[in-house]
Amino acid sequence: MTTREIRTGAGKPEAGLATSAALPRQPADAQQVRGWRRLKRLERMPWISISIIVFVLLLPAIFADLITTHDPLRGTLADRLTPPAWIEGGTWSYPLGTDKQGRDMLTRLIYGARISLAVSTITIFIGLVIGSILGLLAGYFGGWTDRVVSWLIDTFFSLPGVLLALVIVAAIGPSFVTIVVILSVTIWAPFARQVRGETLSVREAEFVARAQVAGAGPGRILAKHVLPNVANTLIVMATLQVGVVIINESSLSFIGAGIPRPNPSWGVMVADGRDQILIAWWISFFPGLAILLVVLAFNLTGDWLRDFLDPKLRQRQ
Amino acid sequence: MSEAAAAKGPAKVRINRPEPVLKVSDLKTYLYTRWGVTKAVDGVSFEVCPGETLGIVGESGSGKSMLALSLVRLTPEPASRIESGQVILNGRDLLALSDKKMREVRGTEISMILQDPQQSLNPVFRIGNQLAEAIRVHDTDATRAEVYGRSISALESVHVPAPERRLRNYPHEISGGMKQRVVGAMALAFQPQVLIADEPTTALDVTIQAQYLRLLEELQERTGVSIVLITHDFGVVAEACDRVAVMYAGRIVEQGPVEEIFDNPRHPYTKALLDSRPRVDVVPERLPSIEGQPPALNDLPAGCRFEPRCRYAEDRCRAAYPDVVGFYDNHLAACWKAGEDLWPAR
Amino acid sequence: MAGPLMVVDNVVKHFPVLGGRFGVTTVGHVRAVDGVSFTIEEGEVLALVGESGCGKSTTARLVLRLWSPSSGTVLLDGRPVHALKGADLTWFRTSVQAVFQDPWASLSPRMRVRNIVAEALVVNRRVSRDEVRERVDSTLEKVGMKRWHGDLFPHEFSGGQRQRIALASALITEPRLLVLDEPVSALDVSVRAQVINLLKDIQTDFGTSYLLISHDLETVRYVADRVAVMYLGRIVEIGTTEQVFTSPQHPYTRALLESVLPRHPKDRRSKPVISGEMQSPLEPPSGCRFRARCPRVMDVCRESPPSVETEPGRMVACHLYS
Repeated sequence: MTTREIRTGAGKPEAGLATSAALPRQPADAQQVRGWRRLKRLERMPWISISIIVFVLLLPAIFADLITTHDPLRGTLADRLTPPAWIEGGTWSYPLGTDKQGRDMLTRLIYGARISLAVSTITIFIGLVIGSILGLLAGYFGGWTDRVVSWLIDTFFSLPGVLLALVIVAAIGPSFVTIVVILSVTIWAPFARQVRGETLSVREAEFVARAQVAGAGPGRILAKHVLPNVANTLIVMATLQVGVVIINESSLSFIGAGIPRPNPSWGVMVADGRDQILIAWWISFFPGLAILLVVLAFNLTGDWLRDFLDPKLRQRQ
Repeated sequence: MSEAAAAKGPAKVRINRPEPVLKVSDLKTYLYTRWGVTKAVDGVSFEVCPGETLGIVGESGSGKSMLALSLVRLTPEPASRIESGQVILNGRDLLALSDKKMREVRGTEISMILQDPQQSLNPVFRIGNQLAEAIRVHDTDATRAEVYGRSISALESVHVPAPERRLRNYPHEISGGMKQRVVGAMALAFQPQVLIADEPTTALDVTIQAQYLRLLEELQERTGVSIVLITHDFGVVAEACDRVAVMYAGRIVEQGPVEEIFDNPRHPYTKALLDSRPRVDVVPERLPSIEGQPPALNDLPAGCRFEPRCRYAEDRCRAAYPDVVGFYDNHLAACWKAGEDLWPAR
Repeated sequence: MAGPLMVVDNVVKHFPVLGGRFGVTTVGHVRAVDGVSFTIEEGEVLALVGESGCGKSTTARLVLRLWSPSSGTVLLDGRPVHALKGADLTWFRTSVQAVFQDPWASLSPRMRVRNIVAEALVVNRRVSRDEVRERVDSTLEKVGMKRWHGDLFPHEFSGGQRQRIALASALITEPRLLVLDEPVSALDVSVRAQVINLLKDIQTDFGTSYLLISHDLETVRYVADRVAVMYLGRIVEIGTTEQVFTSPQHPYTRALLESVLPRHPKDRRSKPVISGEMQSPLEPPSGCRFRARCPRVMDVCRESPPSVETEPGRMVACHLYS
């Protein structure tokens, strides 16, 4: 049974069984059968942004081992400060040049993508889970739960991220885990605030009252009625926050509070090129460019995603 | 219904009516969406005489709200477009005016009240501010004192008690009925000749509804304004209208004097609609209802649009859209069987 | 089981209003429901009528145990509803269900119809998946839908169909009492008749009691056995439908009935019977709440009117009858 059968009112519809075709609900609704079918509308997809994300971040991160020939951590000192291939003095065995330890820039960029991807996905996942749970609880139960969570949210929003990071790093030393913890701590609050707000309004909807009358407990209501309606906003938020996380990680790594050397985080690479900026500009330039492109791509995709998901879900009469 | 096709069939006498103040001819407003062309208003014609109230009855999906917006040229753009037709107000075609000229006309010669008073009033401004703005749009030279004076008298004309206090209120501080009166005052501030009221009583309580309709009637007696009253409720029509037009799937299927339509409906949809109203005085065994749903306005059949739901339908109903048949006293119906006595007369 | 199915006894619900300099002081109360009592018998349809702000929707939510009363009790089969826990609460939930007003907001947009309809059953009873499926299918058919409609999402249906789905989801546990909060107000005129007929059929076929909340007197006339008229949080008149509609006693009931729009243009009246508007439940007048608008107001109306039983089973709260 496909939707097409109920959509058209052709022939003799049975009593009350044909879908109402009243303007303007019907055309929009008939298309919203399955979420993935919406993907078929490819007109305004941000192709460039998505390509950037795929080619600059995803593919390098996943296939790093397969596509690189050099060692990202150890270089050949004799080849240090080689310029990129198209400049005089460069060679195609080091397409984007080498840094001051003779490590291949391209290889390090590719491994850096892996780090950026790992850090951002894990951080956002943790932040999203914590933020959503707290936001749902605060929005649904109100009262003291809400007051406590709201206070927590406000507190975490006002924490000076960089200072906090420096303190923590000074205490337990820089590492991959440290930076994930630090970034998660700063990223859960926006999610919680958003989810709390949406839960507050969804809570009053009649379908929640209906579920309560049916006897559903808060757990079931939050999981099956509230969360699915909040999910779209979360997806958009997550996409937009990726850019924030990458920049934060890069900034922290830049000041030495992030990924420890010699690991090739893009932020670390920018920092490394600082003192050579006039004579070996490529050491800072390419990682900086990578950061810029990826963050921009995520922001544009997030904006598009928000528009794509949002008005269609306004199931108005 | 096109003028040319009127007065066929068993029409006896065509009562002469005075020169209409508003004459709509073959108005078409279409919406363009990615799912196709939606013919919200698909060839609508009617006339309104001075001091008269015409009710336009339709359910959701009939196109009546788009019709109302088309009359004042406030249809959403660029999604919709008034395709063709004429809206002649005092001899001038509103559809042919420039945007600038239309802005001058809107509010002064023809005015509109929307259904939901919540939407018409801006929640962050006081009533006084909004009234003043409505006045100043068309009377840019008025002094503050003049505007204040006119605001007070506007509120008085709609029987809002303690108008000085009301001017200082915010919309959420006054009741629904009061809001509707304020909106009415704003619409009538410049004494337009035609007032379009889109479901003005739908959001009001029963007892307030009656008061409000009475108010409209009083204002009409005083100023001679003609009212086009859009509604889904035949009770409103019975209470307040002189003539009524029934709209279905973008077209008017029947129109005529109000008593005539109630006593002697000629279109099966009108009859079914009248019959499906529950009554307070008598309880029938079973409530007659209309099976099925109205057609999608972007997927209209070639023949009569009510045919799939009509118990009197025949093959010719599916083949071609019915011609308009005329009856006594400017009573028109678009049905192939309008002339037959399909049900016992009242 | 002897005795009425449901007893609502002097139920009061006040909502505190916050104000003051920091918005934390309680400056007053919205007296949404201010001493409401009625009973519903097994198999009976009781309608609660009134205009917006009279407290009928709040009463519905109190009966449904969505809110707790500030005072007073609600009894189902003689048991106080708001004290129930555990297995007793499950019993309540399967016995009392609801259909709400807005068909566009009362069904979870992201759940399939089948899951929406099954919810009350799944939450309250340990039933096998096959039996759930069977019950869902048969309930859908009971309300005039098809089995395969269960696979779709709510937004694919029209308003009338959505109310049918809502009705199915309420009927699946075979409740003894169904609370209907303005079930047809948001529907088109031609669809209303269909749904009203369905409600009447279900009631006759299954003997379910209804608590019908409505401002639409015509619907009430058609469906209800008894009618209670509410004004500003209080019941002003109760009687059989026949009694209340043909010989209304309370001045407000009279005004309501006379405000109903005419059936035919020739039935137009010369002037409206009632003036003014219902006051806000925040500052209800002392004594009889209707006295500011009552055409037959007397001095004694400054005191709260007694509830007078004018005939067996018929009550009016008005000094004219005491």
